[in-house]
Order: sequence, then C-alpha cells, then structure tokens
Amino acid sequence: MTTTSAPAADGPRSTPLSPGASADGTGISAGPRTNGASAHRSPRSRRSGRTRRRLGPGRLLAWIVMIVILVITLFPFYWMLRTALSSNTALATDPTSLLPVGFSLGGFERVFGLQDVDTAVAQGGSGASITFWRYLLNTVIVATAITVVQTFSCAMAAYASSRLRWKGRETVFLVFLGAMMIPQIFTLLPNFILIKNLHLVDTLLGIMLPTLFISPFAIFFLRQFFNNISREVEEAALIDGASKVRVFFTLIIPISTAPLATLALLTYMTAWNEYFWSLMVSYTDSSRVLTVALAVFRAQSPNTGTDWAGLMAATLVAAAPMLILFALFAKRIVNSIGFSGIK
Amino acid sequence: MSAASTAGSVDAGPRRPAGRRKKRDDTRLALLFILPAGIGLLVFLVWPLLTGLYFSLTEYSILTPPKWVGLENYTTMLSDPVFWKSLRVTVLYVAINIGVQTVLALLIAVLMQRLTQSTWLRSLVLTPYLVSNVVAAIVFLWLLDSQLGIVNLLLQAVGFDPVSFWASETWVIPTVALVNVWRHMGYTALLLFAGLQSIPEQLYEAARTEGAGEIQLFRRITLPLLRPILALVLIMTVIGSFQVFDTISVTTQGGPSDASKVLQMYIYENAFGQYNFGYASALSVALLVILMIITFAQYFLTRAGQSDLD
Repeated sequence: MTTTSAPAADGPRSTPLSPGASADGTGISAGPRTNGASAHRSPRSRRSGRTRRRLGPGRLLAWIVMIVILVITLFPFYWMLRTALSSNTALATDPTSLLPVGFSLGGFERVFGLQDVDTAVAQGGSGASITFWRYLLNTVIVATAITVVQTFSCAMAAYASSRLRWKGRETVFLVFLGAMMIPQIFTLLPNFILIKNLHLVDTLLGIMLPTLFISPFAIFFLRQFFNNISREVEEAALIDGASKVRVFFTLIIPISTAPLATLALLTYMTAWNEYFWSLMVSYTDSSRVLTVALAVFRAQSPNTGTDWAGLMAATLVAAAPMLILFALFAKRIVNSIGFSGIK
Repeated sequence: MSAASTAGSVDAGPRRPAGRRKKRDDTRLALLFILPAGIGLLVFLVWPLLTGLYFSLTEYSILTPPKWVGLENYTTMLSDPVFWKSLRVTVLYVAINIGVQTVLALLIAVLMQRLTQSTWLRSLVLTPYLVSNVVAAIVFLWLLDSQLGIVNLLLQAVGFDPVSFWASETWVIPTVALVNVWRHMGYTALLLFAGLQSIPEQLYEAARTEGAGEIQLFRRITLPLLRPILALVLIMTVIGSFQVFDTISVTTQGGPSDASKVLQMYIYENAFGQYNFGYASALSVALLVILMIITFAQYFLTRAGQSDLD
C-alpha cells in the first residue's frame, strides 16, 4: 500500500537532460541482490513450472511475435554496422544488400580525422574537420566526473537523511524528494543564464555543474537502501568507538557496493547520452561532447548527399561504449528496473 | 520499505547497553554531509525554479538586464498562433507516442511473462534504450531516408509508393513518435514486466482450471491487477513524452513548415534563435503547468494509488 510517489514524481528529473527520454531511470528499485531491501519476490521460485510447458500453437505464435519484435529492435543496430563498413558510392548503387557494400573503413577514418580533405570529399564526406577522439575524451570526462561526484555526494546526503539524528531530517528529505518533481525543461534556461554569468559557457565544467552534485532520485534510491541496513552492525561499530564518519566510510559504503554500482552505471549512461543541455552550453570543440558532435556532423552533410557511411560510423563510435558497458553489466541493469515503492 | 525504516529510526531501546549514545545529536555532521547535495539543490534546482518564474515576467535578451513587463509575455503567448500550433503538434506527438508505446510494451511484457524469464531476452529488448536519442534519430534518418532508406526500398518492393517520412507534414510527427517508441518500448516493457511479477500465479492457475483462455486471463486478471503500475508508468512516460526535443532537433528542426515544431523546439528557438529569454521562460512555465495538470488528472483518473491486490 505504500505507493511511493517515486516513480511518478521522478519522471522529469531523473534523466536530467534528455527530454523525450525523461522517464529514464525512474522507478528503479534497489534490485533483488540488495539485502532484500526492495519489495521484490523472487520471480523464479514462483514460475519454475511454467517454462517447461510444451510448445502448443499458442506458444508458437507468441514466440513468433516476440521474434518479430526482437528483429525490429535489433535490426537498426545491424544496419548501422553494415552501413558504417560500406562506401558511399556503393551504398547509392546497391542500397538493399544485407551485407556491407564496397567494404571500406573510410567512414571511420573520416570520423577520427584520419583522411585528408580531398580523400574525404571524394568518398562522399563533407571535408570539414571532425575529430571524434576529442569528443570521446570530453564525453568520458563529463560522464566520469558527474558519476563519481554525484554518486558520492548523494550517498552522503542519503546517509544523513537515513542514519544521522538531527532536527529537520524529515523536512530536508521532503525537500529533496519534492525536487524530483521539477521538470528538467524548466531549469534549463535559468541554468544556462547562471552558467553564462559564471563565465562557464563552452567549458566542460559548465556542462557538468548542474548535475554534478545532485540527483534527487539518487538520494531517494540510496536512502531506501541505507534504511534497510541492519542497525545492530552499525551500533556495534559505534560502541567500539568508531565515529559516524568512519562508520559511513568503512561500513555503510562497503556494504552498499551493489546499489552504488547500479546507480553509478545508470548515472554514467544518462550523462553519456545527454544532449539538450550540452547543446546549449557547448559551442566549440573544446567542450563538445559526442551527442552534440553527432548532430553537428549530421548538419554538415555535403551538397552531393549525406555521408551515410561516415554518419553511421560516428553513431557507432558514440553508442559502442554504452553497448559494451551494457554487455558487461546487463544483468545488473536489467534487474534494477522495476518499482521499489509498490507492494 | 515502510516497516524497516520506521522501526529503524526509533532510538535504541533499553536492551542496548550503549545508553550514552541514545540522545546523541548529529546535527553538525548531518549538515556537513548534506552540504554538497544541498548546494547543488539550491543553486541548480530551486534557484532556477524561482528565476525562471521571474524571467517569464520580463523582457530579457541576455545582452541587457531583464526588464519587468508583468504578464505581457503570457498575453502574447495566448494570442500567438505558433504557440497553439506547437501545443497541438506536441499533443499529437504524445498521443501517438504513448498510445503505440504502451500497447507494444504491454504486449512484450505479457509475452515475456508467458514465455520466459530469461535475462538475456530482457537485455536484448532493452538495448535501444542504451543509445542516446541523437543516435536513434540519426539511425532512423538513414533507415527512413526517402531515396536510399531500406524501409522505403522495402515498401517499394512490395508495391507501395515511397513515403517521405521526414519531409511530409503528415508523416513527420508519427515518424518521430515511432522512432521514440523504438527507443523506449523495451524500457517500458521491463517496468510493466516487473509489475506483472507481483500478480500471484495461483490466480492464473485457478482461472485456468475453470477453463479461462489466454485472452480472458489477460482481461480478467492481468489488466485489472496491473492497473496501478500501468497508471504510474503512464504518468512517467507522458511527462517524458511531453518534453520531446532531441529527436526533432537532430532531424527536422521543427520542419517542414512547423509541422514538427513541438513546444520544446519552440522554446529553444525563442531562447537561442531570437534571444527572447523572457518569452521562452513564459513558454516553459506554460509547459510546466500543462505537465502538472496532466499528472494530477491522470493520477486521480486512474486512481494510481490504489491497488486491487489486497
């Protein structure tokens, strides 16, 4: 009956800066691996009998539908790769071949600025300089800084609102919770003006600052987990004379590795994929992140036609790190999606 | 979460020998601990909320300080045909996006519930969600290209005329809506799937012994019991959907002839195209108000807080 407003309230904030995707990261529970913190019941135990039912016509049809959905889901990824490995001239003459046509790594060479202007133009590129190493580096810096600082700062705030005794604890927590309701669209313009007045436009710091220290969702997420850590362990450490600061660093953080890691992964992905805010703040290569660079690359289409091979190579470069990260931690991420407050 | 947290916050009872810690007050430490997040909250969330409201009452071009104009921006807005058009475009987008996405996500979730618990399958379904909106937009720009796009070539192969998905006033919003369905349906499906896990298996078994078919099971058990979660998912996705920007910014920039100029696009244009921050802020306030009304309306209409499962 505790329908926490979390998933609902959290929509607008949790993907801080990618509209249209703002439901991201919402309603994520601490996951089944977390000490029974969330209300999850093991699904496997209740359903083990089901998977062994024989394959009737209904099930066959269901599988066919599922496979069609999977093809629609995954085909664009294959097409990205197939196009990235093709050459633009061959793409125009043989657009339907399922395999790469006129196999070429030219697209990738253009993306990383390895081709001189003449070659690039001859292969259907725009010839404008585009160096993805730089954007890749910028994105890594921004996403890493946001993830590390935000996770840490929110863990401290969550600890204070879960485990420390002080007046105003509940009030402050409610304020943090209320902040989840503020849609990101509404803070974009004022934040831009703020960043501009701080002379941080077109800097990486300017891009990271608004989400560097705070994500109300992260505080909510971690507080729920901290609340469920056994009090006895903590009390024992305190009796032994450890300070609360020490308890936080040597006890609470190590116990919470799993939810912290899940949260960090989600934060990293959100920061990596963010576009709208970066578009506002970054103007030159010095602060350009991958998403903005992609949009610029796309806008630079040469008159002769879009450089599809180059564009697909670029999208692949931008997406690959997240896909690799996902491949490594798929289970953790997939299991983290669910509702925590509903029972 | 409730039981553990309330019990936990009660001070250690008499059983605890450490009586000296009983009333210990951590105020100073707590303030230190919430300082970073607190500063972030005040500077980048609360302050912008207030200044945003203030800017909406001013004429502000960034170059000169804001000049108070009262409600002028709002009266301009009410008689601005582009605002109304962008509102219509946004609502159309949300309707298509949420309609298709919810149906597909529900289908995927129920199929997964019936077929397999495999983490593998769930991971595959979630994959599009891991790439940015920008990547999704550019990939579909290519897939749906009017000349070389594979979708149009397939359409022609089966005898249809090619569709100019991105350049036609009729098609552009459905196209953008479906691109975002592609990216988000897996995520939504996983949320619903998690909700399905809370429906007791015995209910299905009991119904089945009484001869209920799959469709009846879905209508009589799954749908009513999933309702609270479905409602929450709807609120979340609708809020997200209203803020669409990335896909349109990368592909059509609001064109052709404003056919895909959603509210966010119009706000961005006013702010960064015409440096009309005052008016752009007023438009943001309007969007905020719309979102609030929709959230509350949905919440009460769907009775999101109640569960049939008690």
